[in-house]
Amino acid sequence: MKRLLTGNEAIAHGAWEAGVAFASAYPGTPSSEILANVARYKEIKSEWAPNEKVALEAAIGASLGGVRSIAAMKHVGVNVAADPLFTYAYMGVSGGMVLISADEPGQHSSQNEQDNRWYAVSAKLPMFEPSNSQECRDMLAEAYDISEKYDAPVLMRVTTRICHSKSIVDTSDRKEVAAKPYKKQPEKNLMVPHYARMRRAVVEQRMNDLAEYTEVSPFNYIEKGGKIGVIASGMCYHFAREVFGDDVTYLKLGFTNPLPSGLLAKFYDMVDEVYIIEENDPYIENWVKAQGYSCKGKDTLPPFGEMTPDVIRKAVRGEELPVIDYDRGLVVPRPPTLCAGCPHRGFFYELSKLKNVAISGDIGCYTLGFAPPYNAMDTCLCMGGAFSVAHGMQEAFDHSGQNVRAIGVLGDSTFFHTGINSLMEIAYNGSKAISVILDNRITGMTGHQENPGSGRLLGGDPAPVMKIMDIVKALGFKHVFEVNPNDIKAMKKTFADALALDEASVIVTVWPCPLKRMDEEERGLFGNPFTTRCVVDQDKCIGCKLCIKCGCPALSMNRAIKKAEIDAPQCVGCDVCVQICPKQAIAKEVK
Amino acid sequence: MTKSILLVGVGGQGTILASKLLTIGLMQSGYDVKMSEIHGMSQRGGSVSSQVRYGKRVESPVIELGGADILISFEKMEALRWLEYLRKDGKAVVNDYQINPMPVVSGVADYSDKIGDELAAKVADITFVKAFDEAMALGNPKVLNIVLLGTIVKMMNLTDIDWNAIIAAEVKKNFIELNQKALARGLELV
Ligand SMILES: Cc1ncc(C[n+]2csc(CCOP(=O)(O)OP(=O)(O)O)c2C)c(N)n1
Repeated sequence: MKRLLTGNEAIAHGAWEAGVAFASAYPGTPSSEILANVARYKEIKSEWAPNEKVALEAAIGASLGGVRSIAAMKHVGVNVAADPLFTYAYMGVSGGMVLISADEPGQHSSQNEQDNRWYAVSAKLPMFEPSNSQECRDMLAEAYDISEKYDAPVLMRVTTRICHSKSIVDTSDRKEVAAKPYKKQPEKNLMVPHYARMRRAVVEQRMNDLAEYTEVSPFNYIEKGGKIGVIASGMCYHFAREVFGDDVTYLKLGFTNPLPSGLLAKFYDMVDEVYIIEENDPYIENWVKAQGYSCKGKDTLPPFGEMTPDVIRKAVRGEELPVIDYDRGLVVPRPPTLCAGCPHRGFFYELSKLKNVAISGDIGCYTLGFAPPYNAMDTCLCMGGAFSVAHGMQEAFDHSGQNVRAIGVLGDSTFFHTGINSLMEIAYNGSKAISVILDNRITGMTGHQENPGSGRLLGGDPAPVMKIMDIVKALGFKHVFEVNPNDIKAMKKTFADALALDEASVIVTVWPCPLKRMDEEERGLFGNPFTTRCVVDQDKCIGCKLCIKCGCPALSMNRAIKKAEIDAPQCVGCDVCVQICPKQAIAKEVK
Repeated sequence: MTKSILLVGVGGQGTILASKLLTIGLMQSGYDVKMSEIHGMSQRGGSVSSQVRYGKRVESPVIELGGADILISFEKMEALRWLEYLRKDGKAVVNDYQINPMPVVSGVADYSDKIGDELAAKVADITFVKAFDEAMALGNPKVLNIVLLGTIVKMMNLTDIDWNAIIAAEVKKNFIELNQKALARGLELV
C-alpha cells in the first residue's frame, strides 16, 4: 500500500513490518515521533524510558531475551547511551537490535551538531543511512537481517530532514519473527575482561565479513551519468540530485560502515572529478582520501549546516537563484516564548529579581528563562547538568571567596533523566547550591511525552507517579520547599528562605503545564485549573506596563488608549499578572 | 517540472493540517510528493513553515532560496520573513492578519504598518485575503487554514482533484461540512 509518511512514521512502520516486539526511547527532536508512532502497533511493547542509556539497555535486554528490539534517540542522546552501546557491540544480539540516531545538521532544535556516524566506527557497528521515507522502511527490514546474520547491533543514522519530511512509501504487512529461546551464554553475554578479550577478536572478524557485504549491499550502488562524480548518503543524495539531475555519475551510499572500497575504485574509473556532498563531518571524505583518491568536499562546500540545494548550487557552481530584495528592517524576530499560563513564568519572574546569584539552567521549555524579559539563566550545558554545574560553581565561589550563590534549575523530565544523579552530587558532597525542580508534570519541550512523574505510560495507560518530593527527601536534604510557582508572593518568600540558609536546599515548584491532557482526578488535584481568564478593567489600568514585564504572550499594550489588554482565547487565568498589577486593575472571570 | 508551495505562519495557525490535506490530494492524483516541516521550538509561538513539492519525480523535500512557485502566508509579517524563498516571478497569497511577535508585545519593537505596502511593491502577483474574517463568517476562526488551502488550489490549478472527498476522509465528522465550505470560499477569493 502506498502512503505519504514522514521518516519517523516510516521507521515505526518498518519496525512493525520487521516483527519488532519491543521498543524504548527517550524523546528528543527530531526523533520523538518514532516511538509515538511505534506505540500505535499493539504487537510492539513500547515504552518511554527515563533516559537514553536506560532506553538502550532495555532494548538490549529485550534482544538478549530473544526478540527483535529498537531504541531511538536524538544525536546527543547517544552520548548518554554510549556506555552500553560500545560493549553490546562486543556481545552481539539474540533478537535483532537497531539503534536509531537522529542527527541535526543545522541545529534546528539542538545544542550541538555532532556527527554520530563516528559512533559506528568507534563502536564497530554496521550502519545504514536512509535518504527518504521509503528507505527508512526498506533499510530497517535489511538492518534486522544484518543484525541477526552478523550478530551485531545496527546503527541507523537519520537526520532532521529525513525524520520530518514526508515522501511516498510502499508498505507491507508485518512478518512475525519467532522469539529465540533463552540460552545462557556467559562467554558471549558477560563482559568480564577474559571474555571481552575473546569477543574483541570476534568483532574484528565481523567487520571483515561486513566489508564483503558492503560491496554487494543493495543500498550501495552507482548511477551512471557524466564524467563528473558525486558521492552522497542520506538526504544529501536527494539534495545533490536536485542540483545535478542525471548529468553526473552518483555513488549512492546507504550502508556506510564499513564503506565499500571496491565500489569506490569502480566509481573512480568512471569519472574524472568527484564531489562529496555530506552534512556534518567529512566522514565519507576522510575515507575517500585515505584510499588515496582526490576529491572536492569540505574545501568547496561549507563545513557545517545543511547542504540544501541552494548551498550546493552556490558552492559548486557559483550560481544563486535570483531572489526578491526587500526591506529586512521591517521584519521583527519571532522568538519562541513561554505559553500563556506556563507555570515557569511566575518562577522566572521572581528569579529574575535576585541579586548575586549564578543561575545554572538546563534543557526544556524553561530554558526560555534565559531570554527577555527574564534574562534569568547564565549557563545551560546538557540534560541533567544543572545541579552538578551549580555545585561546581558554588565550590569555586566559596573556595575563592566570591559572594555569589549558585542556583540550579531543571524540569521534571530532566530530573528523572539524569538530574537525579546531579542532585545526589550536592546531597553527597554538600555545597550550599540551591536546586530547583520545575515540576509541570509532563515532558513539555519535546511535545508532551509522559514521564515517570506524569502518571501515565506511553500509550496512555495509568502508571504509578514517582513523587519528586519523596525522592528529594530520601536523598537526605534537610531543607525542602514545595511551592506553587503561580503564587508569586510564595515564590519570593521561598527564594528568600533558601538564600538565608548557609546550606543546600531544594525547591520543587508544582503546577501542571496548561497544554497537558489531564483526567478528572488530576484536574481535581489542582482545583480544576485553566477554566478562568483574566480581564483588564480599562478604567483602573494606568498603563504602567508592569504586567507586560511578566512576558506573557496574551498580554499587550493597546497603544491607542495606552492600556494593557489580554487576549481572551490565550489566557488560562494563571493569575501572575493579577498579582503584579499595582492598581488591582486585572480581574478574573470564568472562561 | 517540480512545483514548490511554501506555507508559512505562526505556530498554532493550522499550517500543518492545510499542507497535509494538500499533499494527500497531490498524491492521490498521481504526483510524486514530498513535504518538509521544521518543528520543535515552533510550538511556542514561533515562525513555522511547511514546504510542499510535487511533480513527476521529486528529489529535495526542501524549497531553496528563490525556489517557491507560490508563497501562502497565514500572517502578514511572515510573508516578508520568508520572501527570499519566493521565485522572482512567483505568486503570493497573504492573509491580511497580524499576530504580534513577543518583541512587539513587550514594546521593544514595532509592527510596521508598511509591511503590506512593501509586499505589494516587491511581488508582482500578490493577493491579500481576509481569511480570518472569512473563517469567522463561516462560524469558526480555526478554518482560516482551509480557506487558505482553497486559494492554493485555485492558484496552482489543482481544482480537478476531489478536495471535498479528501476533507471528508481526513477531518472529524462534525467539521467536514464546515471545512468544505471553507475550501469553497477560498476558491472564490483569488
Ligand atoms: C540528552 C538529551 N536528550 C533529549 C533531549 C531533548 N530534550 C530537550 S528538552 C527535553 C524535555 C524537557 O522536559 P522537562 O524537563 O519536563 O521540562 P519542560 O520542557 O516540561 O519544561 C528533552 C527531552 C536533549 N536535549 N538532550
